[in-house]
Amino acid sequence: MAEREMEVQEKQELETSEERTEAARYFRPYTDIHESTDTITVTMDMPGVDKKDVDVKLEKDVLTITGHVDLTGYEGLEPVYTEYNVGNYVRSFTISNEVDRDAISAKIDNGVLTVSLPKVKEAAARRITVN
Amino acid sequence: MVMRIADPFSALRALQRAVDERRLSDWLGSATSGYGASPPVNVFRKGDDLILVAEIPGVDKKDLDVRVKGNEVRLTGKKSIDYADDVSIHRRERVAGDFDRTLTLRMEIDPDGVEAEYRNGVLKVFLPRAEKAKPRTVEIN
Repeated sequence: MAEREMEVQEKQELETSEERTEAARYFRPYTDIHESTDTITVTMDMPGVDKKDVDVKLEKDVLTITGHVDLTGYEGLEPVYTEYNVGNYVRSFTISNEVDRDAISAKIDNGVLTVSLPKVKEAAARRITVN
Repeated sequence: MVMRIADPFSALRALQRAVDERRLSDWLGSATSGYGASPPVNVFRKGDDLILVAEIPGVDKKDLDVRVKGNEVRLTGKKSIDYADDVSIHRRERVAGDFDRTLTLRMEIDPDGVEAEYRNGVLKVFLPRAEKAKPRTVEIN
């Protein structure tokens, strides 16, 4: 697969119609979505997020992924030069019916979250018994 | 503004505000080469020393290289994204490739005291000020 040159990507601040009660800002993680014959995979860059601080939630048809950054180690530091801001991540996706909701799985590795959305096996989904 | 993270609820807000105040300050001047082709970097001061933090998600530790010489820090590495050939891509926002970046700091670094840590996609490099670069109090006779 062709690789693009790495560029400084300006972090995108989250814009949402929902109001948040927390004063801190959220960011939209950069995301790749790709699909194979049996799975849809969502890959997100979430640097600074530990495994225990990721929340993957499916409510109705909306998959919401939230990642909280670990602030340990920032205490007593004075910023002198900054190019990016630190913040929690959140992003939502609407899931179609072809996804097997019970089989969704996620893992995080080196700040990259991978969510696997296996597709429902067609045979099982389409079988209708006629009495 | 030195951050004091005592209250976990306001900690993130305090950090964000402090970082914003320094956003793209001219502290490094034009002394960062390779801007536009590398991961974003923040530099913090802690006492006499500096801490460089860079967001480089998805890089293998062995593909990261940090070199320090005099007052220069060079970060090189490779971020790769591997998807199988038979997949169809719906969305592609993440970037990959080689990066090479050199930052020229305003003080000499003690190369033997440099420590680097890569965790959860964040690289932290602890850069202690060289002994000879530390400020001295001059006695006034």
